[in-house]
Amino acid sequence: MAGNSIEVRDLTRVYGKFMAVDHVTFDVSRGKIFGFLGANGAGKSTTIRMLCGLLGPTSGTATVAGFDIGREPDRVKERIGYMSQKFSLYEDLTVDENISFFGGIYGLSKERIREMMPWVLEMAGLRGRERSLTRELSVGWKQRLALGCAILHEPEIVFLDEPTGGVDPVSRRNFWELINRLSGRGVTVFVTTHYLDEAEYCNDIRLIHAGRLVAGGSPMEMKRTYIRNPILEVGCDRVVDAMEMLQKEDWVLETSIFGTYLHVSVGDETEGKAKVRSLLEANGIAVRRMDRIVPSLEDVFIQRIEQESTDRDSGGAA
Amino acid sequence: MNPKRVPVFCCLRAVVKKEFRQIARDARTLIFLIAMPGFLLLMFGFALNFDVKHVPLAVCDEDGSAASRAFMGNFTHTEYFDLKYELSDPREVDRLLGEEKVRVVLVVPRGFTADLAAGREPAVQVLVDGANASGASTAVGTIGTIVQNDAVRMTTRLLRDRGITGFGTPLASDVRVWYNPELRSAIFLVPGLMAFILMVILVITTAFSVVREKERGTMEQIMVSPLKPAELIIGKTVPYIFISLVSSHLVLLLGLVLFGVAIKGNYLLLLLTMTLFLVGGLGQGLLISTVTRTQQVAFQLAILSTFLPTFILSGFVFPVRNMPPVVQALTYLVPAKYFLVALRSIIIKGAGLGAFWDQLLCLAAFAAMMLGVSTLRMKKAGETGKIAKSGRGRGGRP
Repeated sequence: MAGNSIEVRDLTRVYGKFMAVDHVTFDVSRGKIFGFLGANGAGKSTTIRMLCGLLGPTSGTATVAGFDIGREPDRVKERIGYMSQKFSLYEDLTVDENISFFGGIYGLSKERIREMMPWVLEMAGLRGRERSLTRELSVGWKQRLALGCAILHEPEIVFLDEPTGGVDPVSRRNFWELINRLSGRGVTVFVTTHYLDEAEYCNDIRLIHAGRLVAGGSPMEMKRTYIRNPILEVGCDRVVDAMEMLQKEDWVLETSIFGTYLHVSVGDETEGKAKVRSLLEANGIAVRRMDRIVPSLEDVFIQRIEQESTDRDSGGAA
Repeated sequence: MNPKRVPVFCCLRAVVKKEFRQIARDARTLIFLIAMPGFLLLMFGFALNFDVKHVPLAVCDEDGSAASRAFMGNFTHTEYFDLKYELSDPREVDRLLGEEKVRVVLVVPRGFTADLAAGREPAVQVLVDGANASGASTAVGTIGTIVQNDAVRMTTRLLRDRGITGFGTPLASDVRVWYNPELRSAIFLVPGLMAFILMVILVITTAFSVVREKERGTMEQIMVSPLKPAELIIGKTVPYIFISLVSSHLVLLLGLVLFGVAIKGNYLLLLLTMTLFLVGGLGQGLLISTVTRTQQVAFQLAILSTFLPTFILSGFVFPVRNMPPVVQALTYLVPAKYFLVALRSIIIKGAGLGAFWDQLLCLAAFAAMMLGVSTLRMKKAGETGKIAKSGRGRGGRP
């Protein structure tokens, strides 16, 4: 208990006949960056909304910062920060007016807001732009200001619902640095995203698909647990032709193109390497290099979701 | 780690401050709130005039005698009628009335003087354009009085000519009009206009205030904070009360300057009455904004729930007691009705609280109900995610 910021048990939310979130159970350890991943409509936002007290669960329970979300939503609200993809700031207010307002509704005193102001401005990189109207800021700045407003009251847990949507790569990188700093100060960060490269920054991950959790663990664990067959990265000419050839062979489990490389999943590393090389070279395709690689999270997710869909279909047919 | 939560007042102040800033920065809303009521008063005040004065008149004097001219002088020498045409042929009457060149035609028949002299009660024909019923009936009343007075005058003279003096009319009416001795409709209409204008403007602007936050997603951000729904509602109301009181005073001032409507009663009572009414209107606007999701729908609801009810059911133009019972029952739902009774009492009659305390009570009840229901709606929306759902359809992300 002491180690968990969030504990979720069989949390379910139904819209009419649609199971948006289907008996989800997980824990989030204190001070960790927890990534909640899934496609659009998989149930990410519904879950985060329930945990923030914006939405009542249909069944199941959850405690956030030690308080039950159904029974003591106000206690929960005092202890969390929330930021959505929309960066919900008042566009017709200036930067410092936004900070004052959000500080005010969290009950911070005037003095406290004045103390926090330079810190938020520094963090958002908005020093000297206090009097600018928020609508004049670029997306990256708005995003950091929104985060600043969400953590003014120094919450124990920060919920970030797709915080990097529509933000350029440089801003995204800066933003993740901020998240790391927060986590370093002991704040638990609960973040949803569908950028899989961002998932690599998380300490712990859950993958949600059609309302159900289908995989979980640290990025390393996930790669190890869910992908047992070796994956070879092949550098060769005529990648598309090569893929078509390989797909016809029954000893090749899966192929896909990653940039100018080919990823080939085989049963055994040594035997696979030899077979791939001989097949391609027999067809006049030069193989420049071939290595076993650590699978990316994308490999894991594609594989898990395909697996899950097949399981469900066969389950439904039976 | 957990912030010390300072008294409620702090959060409330943050909301009030923010609303003021937003209104101040939104010049359009500010102008709408402050200048629009005055402008509408100007428009309606001059357009809605039930006084029948300077009615265009045509006369057709077939008799052409001194007596007939004297009789017609009774009409043309008042401010009620303006002589536009003198006709020689009664057949022109049709055309003039049809083309609305005149509204009243007076025809004095040939033999008027002779009949008078012989004591045969000559008939004078009066033709009135009845298309505008209310104007026409007032004109008919005025004409009747003028003819009657002249008849009495003639009889008296006739009797005197025959040597009969020292008599009086058996019955005399001594009519004294109180509160509005000149019977100017402006005095009756300005308070009504004030209610109507303030209601429409207020409900529209406040209806937008919550819906706008829903549309922009800031409502969601507020809902995850510990801010209580009541704090949000009150915080949103305070600045609008303040501003609408300013515009109310502008309307009062214009009423005085342009229409000569002075306040006879106690100013503090007037202020209390206005504040109660304004809070009710704001409450209604907020309620609308908690049940709608887009500014368009909020606008339509605001117009629908204020414009016609306030115009028709409040007693602004049409007296409530002349309405059929079912419609009368409906008028109890219109806060402007209570406001109007109290407002007219204060402004026109200078009456004290004793005359309309029940109206104020109704206004207060209405305001409390509106604000209460809005707060409950807001709370419910926060817990069941009605508001959150409005943000669900934001798909189409890359």
